[in-house]
Amino acid sequence: MGKTLAEKILSQKSQIGVCAGDIVIANIDLAFVQDTTGPLMVREFEVAGFKSLAYKERTILFLDHAAPSPNSQLSNDHILLRNFAHKKGSRLSEVGEGVCHQIVAESLAKPGDIIIGADSHTVTAGGLGAFATGMGSSDVAVTFALGKTWLRVPESIKVMVDGKLPIGVYAKDIILHLIGLIGADGATYQSLEFGGSTFDTMSVPGRLTIANMAIEAGAKVGLFAADEVTRSYLVDQKRGNDYIPLEPDSDASYIKTIKIDASRIEPTVAKPHTVDNTALATDLKGTKIQQVFIGTCTNGRLEDMAIVASILRGRKKHIDTRLIIAPASMEVLLQSIAFGYIKTFIEVGAIILPPGCAACLGLHQGVLGNGEACLSTANRNFKGRMGNPDAFIYLASPATAAATAITGEITDPREFL
Amino acid sequence: MLKGRVFNFGDNISTDHIVPGRLAHLRSNLPELAKHVLEDADPSFATRVKKGDFIVAGNNFGLGSSREHAPLVIKMAGISAILVKSAARIFFRNAINLGLPMLVCDTDKICDGDKLEVDLDQGIINDLTNGNQLPFKKIPKAMLAILEEGGLMPYIKKHGEFNL
Repeated sequence: MGKTLAEKILSQKSQIGVCAGDIVIANIDLAFVQDTTGPLMVREFEVAGFKSLAYKERTILFLDHAAPSPNSQLSNDHILLRNFAHKKGSRLSEVGEGVCHQIVAESLAKPGDIIIGADSHTVTAGGLGAFATGMGSSDVAVTFALGKTWLRVPESIKVMVDGKLPIGVYAKDIILHLIGLIGADGATYQSLEFGGSTFDTMSVPGRLTIANMAIEAGAKVGLFAADEVTRSYLVDQKRGNDYIPLEPDSDASYIKTIKIDASRIEPTVAKPHTVDNTALATDLKGTKIQQVFIGTCTNGRLEDMAIVASILRGRKKHIDTRLIIAPASMEVLLQSIAFGYIKTFIEVGAIILPPGCAACLGLHQGVLGNGEACLSTANRNFKGRMGNPDAFIYLASPATAAATAITGEITDPREFL
Repeated sequence: MLKGRVFNFGDNISTDHIVPGRLAHLRSNLPELAKHVLEDADPSFATRVKKGDFIVAGNNFGLGSSREHAPLVIKMAGISAILVKSAARIFFRNAINLGLPMLVCDTDKICDGDKLEVDLDQGIINDLTNGNQLPFKKIPKAMLAILEEGGLMPYIKKHGEFNL
C-alpha cells in the first residue's frame, strides 16, 4: 500500500514504515514557542527539572504576539523568554522581526521536516511540505529537552482542487470555501493533503495561506507536495539546498477525497463567530465595517501586499473605516517599501504596524469597540478573538479586505479589478 | 470515582471562550487568570464552579489556539473531567498532558446541573439525576499511559523518555 504525505514524512523520520493509526517517536527538526505560550513552557521546563536543550540550533523563541509589548506584564514575559534563550543558548527572534510562522517559512522549514510549535498555526509550514503541527507548552518543553516527541500518524483527507481560479479569487477563498464545506471540525485529527492542477501554478505564499488554516477545520497538518514551485521559492530565499522533492504515492489510501472546481469559487467571507460560517462576499454587501485589518501568518506576505496595493492605488479608504496593515515579517516590510506599497498604503490613509501578530488576537494594536465589525485577513473570527466579545469579525482575502476598506462595507473585490 | 455537578456548554467552545487573548498579560499570573475561566461563554461560571464538578459540552470543544492555559485554568477551577461529544485535537492532548481527563461520549443525554459519577476504570458515566448510564470512548493507549502518571511532566520525570 502506498503512503500519504503524512505517512511518508513520519516513516522517513522515524526510520520505520508507518501507516495511519501508528504511534511514532520522532526526532524533531525545529521546535518553537512564542511569547504567549513561551512563559508556560519555561515553567514546565523548570518543573520537569530539565537543564539543557537537546538541540540549541533547532530551538527558537519568538517574540511576535505582543510586539512591541503593550503592558508591563507582557514585557516581563519577554524578559523571561530572553533570559531563557540566553542561558540555554537557543535562538531568539526579537520584537519586530515578524510572525513566527512567516519566519519559519522564509528561513527554516524544509520539505520533509517535522516541526512542532506552541502555536496552533504551526501548520503553516505544511505549504512547504513540512509535517508541522501545533502543541501545548508542556509538549514543546519536552521536545526542547529531549529533541523528540510522540505522534499518532493521522489518517488523511485528499483535497483535489482543479481548474483555474477566476480573477479576484485567491488561495484564501479556496480554504474558506473548503472549511465552509466540511465544517470547523471536518478534519479533526486528520491530515488535509492538497493536490490538483490549481496548485501547479500556485506560489508557495498561497500554499502557506491554505496550510495555515488547516487547523480551522481541526486538522493536525495541512500538507502540500514539494515540487518545482517549492524549489523555486527556496532558491529565491537563498536556500535552494534545502529542497527535496516530496509527493504522496499514487496508490496512497485516503479516508475521503474532496473535489473542488476552482473555476466556480467566488470571493468568500467567514462570518462571526466561527470560520465555517461562510458566505459569498457579494451576498454580504451593505454590511458596514469599522475596521479592516490586513496582515498575519495567513495573509501578511509580499504577494498579499501587492494585491492590496494594486486595488488601493490612487484611491482613498472610507472615512468611517480604519485600515490597519501589518506586514508579517521584516523581509515583507522591506520589500513592501522597495516596491512602493507602503507609500501607497499611507497615501490611502492606512495605519502601518510593525511586523508581528498585531491586531489578530486581541492583545493590542486594533482592539475592537462594542458592536464594531472588523473584516480581517487573519484566520480566526471567534467571539472575543480581537479583544472584545461584543464585537464581530469577518474573515476574507486581502483583495476583499482592500475593496472593503474603500467602500466601508463588505465588498466583492471584482468591483475594483 | 469522580463525583460532581454538571456545567453544560454547547458546541464549538473555543480557547478564546475559555481564556481570551485579551487576558494574555495574566498568563504569568495563573491564579488571577483562573478567575476568568470560560468568562466569554458563561460569565458566572468561575464563581459557581466547585471542586469535582464536570464540564459537559457538544462538538469540537477547545477548538482554536494551542494555549495550554485553557485546560490549565479549567483544572485549576477544580473540574474533575471534561465530557464532550468531540474534542479539538490540541486541546485534547493538552488536557491529558495536564492530567485532566477528557472523555468522549453522547453528552446529549446529560443536562445542566445533573449530578454525575464517573468511573474512569470501568469507562462508565452514571447520571445520578436521571438514572442514565453512559459509556465513554476509550482513551487511546498512548494518552492513557500519560494520564495514568498524572500528566506529561510526571510521566517524563518517571520514565525519562517516551515508552508509548
